[in-house]
Amino acid sequence: MLFKLAWKSLLARRVSVLLTILMMTVSIFVLLSVETIRYQAKDSFTKTVSGVDLIVGARTGQVNLLLYSVFHIGVPTNNVSWQSYQEFATNPSVAWSIPISLGDSHRGYRVVGTSTDFFEFFRFGNKQTLTFQHGKAFNEHFDAVIGSEVAKQLGYQVDDAIVLAHGIASTSFSKHDDHPFKITGILAPTGTPVDQSVYVSLQGIEAIHFNWQGGVRMPDTATPELEDLQPETITAFMLGLNSRIQTFNLQRQINEYRQEPLQAILPGATLMSLWSMLSSVEQILLLIASLVLLGALIGMANMLLVSMRERRHELSVLRALGYRPGFLFALLQIEALLISLAAAISAFISLQLSMYVLKDWLLQEYGILLTRLSIINEFLFMLPIVLIASFLVALIPAISAYRQGLHQQLNL
Amino acid sequence: MTQCPAIQIENCQFRYHPDSDKALLQIAHLRVEKGETVFVYGPSGSGKSTLLNLLAGILLPQQGNISLDNVIVNRLSHRKRDAFRARHIGMVFQRFNLIPYLTVADNIKLASHFSLRDKQYLQQRRDGLLNALQLDPEILMRPASQLSVGQQQRVAIVRALINEPELLIVDEPTSALDSDARDSFVDLLLDQIKAAQATLLFVSHDRSLARHFSRQLDIQSFVDAGENHAV
Repeated sequence: MLFKLAWKSLLARRVSVLLTILMMTVSIFVLLSVETIRYQAKDSFTKTVSGVDLIVGARTGQVNLLLYSVFHIGVPTNNVSWQSYQEFATNPSVAWSIPISLGDSHRGYRVVGTSTDFFEFFRFGNKQTLTFQHGKAFNEHFDAVIGSEVAKQLGYQVDDAIVLAHGIASTSFSKHDDHPFKITGILAPTGTPVDQSVYVSLQGIEAIHFNWQGGVRMPDTATPELEDLQPETITAFMLGLNSRIQTFNLQRQINEYRQEPLQAILPGATLMSLWSMLSSVEQILLLIASLVLLGALIGMANMLLVSMRERRHELSVLRALGYRPGFLFALLQIEALLISLAAAISAFISLQLSMYVLKDWLLQEYGILLTRLSIINEFLFMLPIVLIASFLVALIPAISAYRQGLHQQLNL
Repeated sequence: MTQCPAIQIENCQFRYHPDSDKALLQIAHLRVEKGETVFVYGPSGSGKSTLLNLLAGILLPQQGNISLDNVIVNRLSHRKRDAFRARHIGMVFQRFNLIPYLTVADNIKLASHFSLRDKQYLQQRRDGLLNALQLDPEILMRPASQLSVGQQQRVAIVRALINEPELLIVDEPTSALDSDARDSFVDLLLDQIKAAQATLLFVSHDRSLARHFSRQLDIQSFVDAGENHAV
């Protein structure tokens, strides 16, 4: 009876009820999307690298090393010698290593010199490996593998030829046009900086710089011999250990290395500390979204309170029939609950629909991977909060109905 | 054993505010037997509503007792007073008896919800009452807001009688009806009261209706009856 009465009474006031539901829907939509994007942004950001135990580079700030080795932002202050790299790559506690050599670009996208171990051992997200959308890893010196975003934006396909530019500006005057590279593979999207990078072999990097000195190509162009292509320096390297217990031990060894000033960082911890520098922004977003919801809830309470005036007779009839004041309280609360539930569900559906439309754009522009599951999780987390908040705010009209039932006389 | 009275009020005193002299109702003694049909009259604002609310257990007297069928209503808890009203008192008001957005059937169900009778019995009783009050069963599925005032008032009587109450309290039910409809409405009502063997308290300011009832009561004899102070 209670439920039927609440439902029919909402239907009878459908215009103002629909407007209230709309208002609540908008606010829950905002809250839900802020929460989902906030969570997903943090999640994809802190999982830009996973499964890598240590990142080693020349001595600089922790965040700086992370920024240039993983995000390819900024310029490395110094390089690491090949000997040092070999020293630690062959350390008995090291399972695998990935060298990284930066400095060139292709139409604004960073070129990364590395080894094929990169495709085998690099992990992102939940320990996911890199997979090829098309083609395969590089094999020859002048082979290149490109990230999905590079392929999409520049319209490249496997077997296309590309020319690398010296330096990182998108319009560089010094191009390595004497040595074009052939694309052998395109990586699947990852939502990480990998999508926006071009990968070539270390030997390829060496080969195109063979006759260069001080950033300029020397006039005599001799063909490099294979043994000359051993790099002398790289920018940084990533290490995977046999056992994570050895991480701190090896980190200390590297930091105290006598031959060369080096620095090793734990990527997960550094990513988290970088994220916490950005977290005040996300907290302000959350605060704004919560205030929007609060405003909508107060609007709903007001709508119910105003409706009480026109329903004075109705409440009086119920009292005359023997319904208790508690019934009136429950009636108002159920109406509020139905409104909030309807709003939450329609917000959820609209978010699903807009996600379907915006999914690719978010992944491309911000590297945020929205999954259906993440929105469902966020919804299931937010729903009880919204319902509890709605209960608390609806206490105002519900208690008012209760008191009216208790004191109002039956004279109609 | 003598039959217990339908209504018995002893030394009852009520005022809205403990310090004010306004709207004071004092009833030293009132006894209404079962089956009586009582016409309560008096100008508006004379305390008729107060009396109804006292009988319905919405208001409590500051002094004295109000018994219905030997149950002292003002001594019951809130919860029990509401339950007592649901099963033993039927009420019909001037207007706004029905919840406009519910169908007639649902409006009646609001009351029969409290009945201990089974569904089939209630349905039979409802259909019998509808028939007796000259209402087409077809209106059951219509929303109350679509009925004429006369139809609404008759549905209100069906609902008030569905739980077979011992006491029916009717407050100015005919004020919204024209004079022809008024008399036939009162006749229909009295027939049903007789059939249900219930007691009727009919409140009105229109004394032309008084002739239909077995007893008349001037509400003003209870107001400002200063000499009857309670013991």
